[in-house]
Amino acid sequence: MSSVVKDAHHEDHPSGIMRWITTTNHKDIGTLYLWFAMIMFFIGGLMALVIRSELFQPGLQFVDPQFFNSMTTMHALVMIFGVVMPAFTGLANWMIPIMIGGPDMALPRMNNWSFWIMPFAFSMLLSTLWMDGGAPAGGWTLYPPLSLQTGDAFPFLIFAIHFMGLSSIMGAINIVATILNMRAPGMTLMKMPLFVWTWLITAFLLIAVMPVLAGGVTMLLTDKFFGTSFFNAAGGGDPVMFQHIFWFFGHPEVYILILPSFGVVSAIIPTFARKPLFGYSSMVYATASIAFLSFIVWAHHMFTVGMPLAGEVFFMFATMLIAVPTGVKVFNWVTTMWKGAMTFETPMLFAIGFIIMFTIGGFSGLMLAITPADFQYHDTYFVVAHFHYVLVPGSIFAIMAACYFWLPKWTGNMYPETLGKIHFWLSTFFVNLTFFPMHFVGLAGMPRRIPDYSLQFADYNMIASIGAFGFGFAQLIFLYIIIKTIKGGAKATDKVWEGSEGLEWTLSSPPPYHSFNTPPVIK
Amino acid sequence: MRYINKFLVSVLFGFTTLTANAGWLDLNMTQGVTDISQEVFGLHMLILWICVAIGVIVFGAMFWSIMMHRKSRGVKPATFHESTSLEFLWTIVPFVILIGMAIPATSTLIKMYDHSDSEIHIKITGYQWLWEYEYLNTDVSFYSKLSTPYNEIYNKKEKNINYLQEVDNQLVLPVNKKIRFLLTSNDVLHAWWVPDLALKKDAIPGFINEMSVVINEPGIYRGRCAELCGRHHGFMPIVIRAVEEKEYDEWLANAGKDNTSGLAKINK
Repeated sequence: MSSVVKDAHHEDHPSGIMRWITTTNHKDIGTLYLWFAMIMFFIGGLMALVIRSELFQPGLQFVDPQFFNSMTTMHALVMIFGVVMPAFTGLANWMIPIMIGGPDMALPRMNNWSFWIMPFAFSMLLSTLWMDGGAPAGGWTLYPPLSLQTGDAFPFLIFAIHFMGLSSIMGAINIVATILNMRAPGMTLMKMPLFVWTWLITAFLLIAVMPVLAGGVTMLLTDKFFGTSFFNAAGGGDPVMFQHIFWFFGHPEVYILILPSFGVVSAIIPTFARKPLFGYSSMVYATASIAFLSFIVWAHHMFTVGMPLAGEVFFMFATMLIAVPTGVKVFNWVTTMWKGAMTFETPMLFAIGFIIMFTIGGFSGLMLAITPADFQYHDTYFVVAHFHYVLVPGSIFAIMAACYFWLPKWTGNMYPETLGKIHFWLSTFFVNLTFFPMHFVGLAGMPRRIPDYSLQFADYNMIASIGAFGFGFAQLIFLYIIIKTIKGGAKATDKVWEGSEGLEWTLSSPPPYHSFNTPPVIK
Repeated sequence: MRYINKFLVSVLFGFTTLTANAGWLDLNMTQGVTDISQEVFGLHMLILWICVAIGVIVFGAMFWSIMMHRKSRGVKPATFHESTSLEFLWTIVPFVILIGMAIPATSTLIKMYDHSDSEIHIKITGYQWLWEYEYLNTDVSFYSKLSTPYNEIYNKKEKNINYLQEVDNQLVLPVNKKIRFLLTSNDVLHAWWVPDLALKKDAIPGFINEMSVVINEPGIYRGRCAELCGRHHGFMPIVIRAVEEKEYDEWLANAGKDNTSGLAKINK
């Protein structure tokens, strides 16, 4: 592999705040995305704790039901659009150019813009908390007619979503352009790390579905303010059509939130098993199949709207099919571990935690696919348990695994290993304490999005609330570790991990401000 | 104190010990009181056990690997990294399992969609935040809303055992008769859900949804609105009183005549 030529001239950049505002450097923008996600993670987390406080006991204790509904709505919007998506985009910005041996992203100025839209979008969204009529409270799914009852917050909500969509689309275009054009000579598509592959597919999903969401919410906007009746039955419209549009976006969105984590885990497991990833090409094909299937399963979110029998059966079968490529991925990871020589540093712990708990979420997903049973599960805490299992110990754990895995590379310093392990074990314990009991209350009949509940659900809700607070406070350790590692620590080697493979480990730790100005030689 | 005990016990022994305290039914889906709901329960348990079996195999292999294939035991990593036959195997086997699952699920679904030969027809309308029940072709039609007092909700009085699942006017239905529900809404989306009947469907303005049921046993069955419908979404329960046919006929005749009951159409 080539040695890195440092060019002092190119190291020049403005200092202080202007460095960050004007930056077109993929590493700086990656860092911005990751810090943005971190801040939003704590804001969304606080909202979750408001929810869990109110649900600690039956009865109304702390907040008005309307504000409770605002919290569930905003928690979802912040966590999905403000945490998981920007965090993965940040990882993509940092790692994709390096992993493919390119000098930077293909469209650096657009890269700056797609990040800096986000703080404005979220200022707008969060400002609705102080508006007349309160923040949006109709659920993050924005189903009309209820979402049309939102007060002053409504246009702010719609435009915030437009901006988030714009940012995502630009980010996705940039990633596609980078991967297809900036690869070092010899870096063929089937030699790319799986993280690059999963992001390429994710980016295509984003480009395909974000405009659908934008269209859907624009129709809401014109229904509210310009007298149209797209979703208004009294005017000849169809409220169910919004759900079809929303979930045509929403289901691929679910995979946008999870596919990059498959890439992260596929990088970490082989590193710490000291053994190549098992079934690389089948992993690529499985990811592509999941992406394809994600477009033809959307109505499984709407089994109870009263679709005709044929529709229910089609969406049940298509949904069950997703278990096949997803299973292939899990089997490949386990086989990668098989007969390796494993060590269990923090990134590996998070990656293994991901596989186990994501699979549990996958199991409940398979159960939800069974339409007749879904009539009992739908809109209950069983669903809440399901998607939190795939998103928290799924996506969020994968993001944390990636942070621990690449933090020594990014900062040049090793993170405190023991503290990292403590963070992992506390997170794992509390995340299960929070979400596992939700399966039980869901099956026992507790609907989601309610601020108060009947007495038979009390015990498990109390346990879940204790778990949520534990999980929330455990994340302060994560914040502390990151700040501490940025400030100093044991120096990391270039290779960082004994089993690391790939171009990022050929660079210095931290890497030069501009890397691979001369393309590396790919074996 | 009771909560703290339960919490400690559950932390120490996983959630299994709670089962003994809270009773198995609190942990699982209800079996319900209709033939269909029994089938749904059966499907639920079947897919659950399939998942458990797959989980035991996959996690078992993984834990074995974690215990045995670790560097600290001095093992040298193998280098194998692909096998077409393995990939083929673990694509086909899950596929076959899924087909085995899809067949009974589809058969139950087809039964759920059969609304023929219904003898009683009831129109349900959702409002923010109460239900209206209209016994079609009779004089009976009434609203049904939460009867739990505000003092209990705001913790000023001890909560009664049916807290948040009691209504002023119960929906009275006969057992062993096929009942068809027509479901719609007057404002936003709602969903009418009674777990014991395995019925859940959205109430949508401008649409009329259909579902049907034969209740096998008399009793009180409680449900709730399952689709977010605004501020009081958590406060619009459903209570069904299923009675023998004779009692139902008497109730229907009286309810239609009695102008003071709040159940007759004339009151509206």
